[in-house]
Amino acid sequence: MQAAEAANPGYAAMGAGIGAGLVAIGTGLGIGRIGGSAAESIARQPEASGKIMGAVILTAAFIEGVALFGVVVCFIIGTK
Amino acid sequence: MNGFIYTITKPIFFYLITLLGLLSGLPVLANSHNPDKEFNSSELIFHHIKDSHEWHFASVGQVHYSIPLPIILWASDRGFACFSSARFHESATHTYHGYQISHEHISRTDGQKVYDFSITKNVASMFISVIILFGVFFTVAARYKGGPKRPSGIQSVFEPIIIFIRDEIAKPNIGPKYKRYLPYLLTVFFFIWFNNMLGLLPGGANLTGNIAVTMVLAVLTFLITTFSANKDYWKHIYNTPGVPWWLKFPLPLMPLVEFIGMFTKPLSLMIRLFANITAGHIIILSLISLTFIFKSHVIGVAASIFVVAMSFLEILVALIQAYVFTLLTSLYFGGAVAEHEHEHEHTHEAEDNIGHVKAH
Repeated sequence: MQAAEAANPGYAAMGAGIGAGLVAIGTGLGIGRIGGSAAESIARQPEASGKIMGAVILTAAFIEGVALFGVVVCFIIGTK
Repeated sequence: MNGFIYTITKPIFFYLITLLGLLSGLPVLANSHNPDKEFNSSELIFHHIKDSHEWHFASVGQVHYSIPLPIILWASDRGFACFSSARFHESATHTYHGYQISHEHISRTDGQKVYDFSITKNVASMFISVIILFGVFFTVAARYKGGPKRPSGIQSVFEPIIIFIRDEIAKPNIGPKYKRYLPYLLTVFFFIWFNNMLGLLPGGANLTGNIAVTMVLAVLTFLITTFSANKDYWKHIYNTPGVPWWLKFPLPLMPLVEFIGMFTKPLSLMIRLFANITAGHIIILSLISLTFIFKSHVIGVAASIFVVAMSFLEILVALIQAYVFTLLTSLYFGGAVAEHEHEHEHTHEAEDNIGHVKAH
């Protein structure tokens, strides 16, 4: 076990990199969906664009919060 | 002659912004202090993100342009010790009177516990931003003395923002009792926004990217939510209506989930603000480091354009994160004071004078 630890120091950094990439994919998909449906709803009803923008920003902030949880974890394991 | 001077000095804002843009090149002097040592980008990035006991602006050659900040320590056998952080750099081993500093961590040379109450870069930055906040908002408030007047000056910048927070964030989410929470919401919004923006200036401190600061803001939100919660709020947590009895009775799963949810909401507030601001700073610093890693002029030009674009995005993120923190705080307050079964009719007269000018 200790020999393995000494011989493979790079796995944490690799895990961190792959993790951060996956986090970015998930966030991109999620916020892309919000943006798409927001654009669609504004096209259907332009008067409601203020409320829709409010909902977009709130939901995007939630999803970005989750994404940044993942980023912080990757950062910690990558630089520890 | 007067007209000539006037036309030269009229675009004062343009000159100030140009100066700001030139000063933004300060991180470029990042590596010039140790030309023989290999450039370590993570060291540069961590140095700019972390707190430190001196306010470091730039290093040119062997000259370090930094302001040493006061160090205040307390040890149980020695009491208080207060000195300038410059004392640590006078000795080669970075020790002074039995205290030593290593990577911004202060310890005793004999290993005993010492408590660090120093005015670090983040604390000093907070003092500066508090002075700015007081200056701005006492000025705005003073314009209401003697009745509301036609808005002018700095009041016309901040009053629409205050009205926005009152009408779009506080009133719809909290309901009729919004006035009690409006001071806290306004304070949190402007504190976070001003500190985010100050952190983006060259030589700025990363205050809202310090997890201790965001933790305090989240804890304040949590305390206000918990202490102003009414019976309906606790009923929702411990005896959620609409949930089947077998999730509550022998094994209280639903109350447990709701109880944990009570803590994860402020926790997410804390991490969201910390991670957004710190990640923004890391991105900008990494792009600047690219130039030094590749040691190429072409990369330098391209990276600088990216840095400018990212900086604009970070200015937007500064505002959005302040808005989101305030919005979510108001939603949690609204959830705590919400009344369901008893609908009052609320009066529609405006009891506050903000935004209404009496016709004379």
